[in-house]
Amino acid sequence: MKYLTEYRDPELARTLVDRINRTATKRWTLMEVCGGQTHTIVKQGINEVLSEAVEMIHGPGCPVCVTPLEQIDRALHLAANPDVIFTSFGDMLRVPGSECDLLQIRARGGNVRVVYSPLDAVKLAQKHPDKEVVFFAVGFETTAPANAMAVWRARELGIENFSVLVSHVTVPPAMVALLEDPSNRVQAFLAAGHVCTIMGWKEYEPLVERYEVPIIVTGFEPLDILEGIWMAVRQLEDGRHEVENQYVRAVRREGNRPAQDLVSTVFQPVDRGWRGIGTIPASGLGLRPEFAAYDAEKKFGLEDIHAEESPDCRAGEVLKGQLKPHQCPSFGTRCTPETPLGAPMVSSEGACAAYYNFGRLRAGAGA
Amino acid sequence: MTTITARRTPTIQGIACPTPVSNHTHVQLGHGSGGKMSAELLRERFLPRFASPFLAELGDGARVPVSGSEVVVSTDTFVVSPIEFPGGNIGHLAVHGTVNDLAMMGATPKYLSAGFVLEEGLELAVLDRVLDAMAAAAEACGVEIVTGDTKVVDRGRADGLYVNTTGIGFLHDGFRPSPTRARTGDSVLVSGPLGRHGMAIMAVREGLAFDSEIVSDTASLAPVVASLRDRLGADVHCLRDATRGGLASALNEIARASKVGVVLSRPAPVPGPVEAACEMLGLDPLYVANEGVLVAFVASEREEEALDAMRSQGVGAEGVKIGSVVGEHPGMVVQRTGLGGSRVVDMLPGDQLPRIC
Repeated sequence: MKYLTEYRDPELARTLVDRINRTATKRWTLMEVCGGQTHTIVKQGINEVLSEAVEMIHGPGCPVCVTPLEQIDRALHLAANPDVIFTSFGDMLRVPGSECDLLQIRARGGNVRVVYSPLDAVKLAQKHPDKEVVFFAVGFETTAPANAMAVWRARELGIENFSVLVSHVTVPPAMVALLEDPSNRVQAFLAAGHVCTIMGWKEYEPLVERYEVPIIVTGFEPLDILEGIWMAVRQLEDGRHEVENQYVRAVRREGNRPAQDLVSTVFQPVDRGWRGIGTIPASGLGLRPEFAAYDAEKKFGLEDIHAEESPDCRAGEVLKGQLKPHQCPSFGTRCTPETPLGAPMVSSEGACAAYYNFGRLRAGAGA
Repeated sequence: MTTITARRTPTIQGIACPTPVSNHTHVQLGHGSGGKMSAELLRERFLPRFASPFLAELGDGARVPVSGSEVVVSTDTFVVSPIEFPGGNIGHLAVHGTVNDLAMMGATPKYLSAGFVLEEGLELAVLDRVLDAMAAAAEACGVEIVTGDTKVVDRGRADGLYVNTTGIGFLHDGFRPSPTRARTGDSVLVSGPLGRHGMAIMAVREGLAFDSEIVSDTASLAPVVASLRDRLGADVHCLRDATRGGLASALNEIARASKVGVVLSRPAPVPGPVEAACEMLGLDPLYVANEGVLVAFVASEREEEALDAMRSQGVGAEGVKIGSVVGEHPGMVVQRTGLGGSRVVDMLPGDQLPRIC
């Protein structure tokens, strides 16, 4: 398929693997920020073929994994309301809250629907004026413009039965939090290409200076990731620390200005809790006061719903690369993909789920 | 300075697992996905109540003794929405589905029953098209619809129409393919490109349009099975049609039933438009439903003959080898990637959910 198969060519990929292995004089620790990149790395076995040159730490960039338990519980509460049609991206449906997940709420009679675009949720609101339609607005800077557009559009159309449960997070504050942590092990980042199509990379320029860490804006196909790793390893070997753009076919330094303007019209930075990590100041987006009428938390009085994460889940340490998933006492016993204690076990490509499958393979092979 | 601290506040729940997600109290859509939840529903609720050695084999049908010989019985219920889709309608599926289940058991399909649940208000023209499709498909498959039943329910209590078909087929000497018969060294073949049925349905439901329309692959696989039987006989070890849960689920079921490992060394064939639709919707074609693709495990020394036999039939014209059976990692399916890495192709818990990122 055009624009895809070119970036999956196995021979070119093997050439890059050789180059990385030849360039690395020691084993470097890299973090890919985005869950989409983790998906490709695990699916293609990139971590396995590069295991001598780099250790890949799967970063906190999976919206499914980092949406805090409290927000999931609020979503469950809304979805159980008979007056509400609750809309969400597909893979949020299986994320466990304190007691159940959205799929179970649906089985008990909740009106839960998967949409591919938040604008479809706005259309649903037009079609069902007697119902309240709520969209679960999660994700990073990548999904923020479309979600902002839905709110903006609802206001333009004078739609009053539409609101959003916002749990947006942003990348740079999470990277700062990781870098400021005294036990940080990450030596270079692969920044999330899709986030940068919106935001550009100007935000990362102060970070490479202050923390002396290479940041490579990287795409999502196997060749993108391998090239991003190669660029990072070269910087590390040369003792450089710069922002480099691997994803040239999609990302410019300034990013997408109209999208940024729309996001800042509708949203403003807020403190946000990250599942398994805790609250990071100014690391999220919330609705501006002028759009408060579209805030499901206010509309339905959800502020009083609070939840504590399992004290046994050590996802925070896993996401920081301090603990390998299999070193967690709950791993594979009380915490499995069918009964996840924490978020990295939820998404099939989350760090813990990836280890779980890989470990079963090794065990089966008798290694 | 910003620091990250995982919350460690003890809660009233103590060390109890806060997410007993598998303790379901109501039926979920995932219970019908063909994945782990479906298997759990069968294992925990159906099998203990219906004790039968035939049922316990969990094949696509049951081989039962009838006056000194063995016949195969299989049943399937069809609830597809929309009723009509590019490449066919629920009537084609209802015939092909049961015919294929009988064929996977090694039988030549012969007789079908058909039961209908019709919703008040269904257009008779739609019913006519479904019945025409069933009649044409039955004739093409050489099966006879010999008995049936119709029920009508109030508007809103069904989605247009549902069909159940039950089939009887006859076995041939020395040909007993079974999911338990995969052996180390076997070659793993698929009869055609993946994902067409599931994505044809999904494209209609999501209102997706592509340069070339995705058409369901609904078809009878009986000619491919007959051809394999004639050429290879008992060297055909397992047959499975890759319906709900896709190729990945079919392979996992065989790997578990035969206690062997499966290695996919070559990429499974996926048509361009299906690949594009899957990319767009965040789905993996290995888990997308097919209605005219089978996977065959055959003795490796006869792999070329098996491919010839497959390709001699229209529906198997694009048959290819995708992997082989190994003694390592029993019960697991592993895909070798273009890079030389590997990836576990597990059974999904429930329905495949589109990914955000």
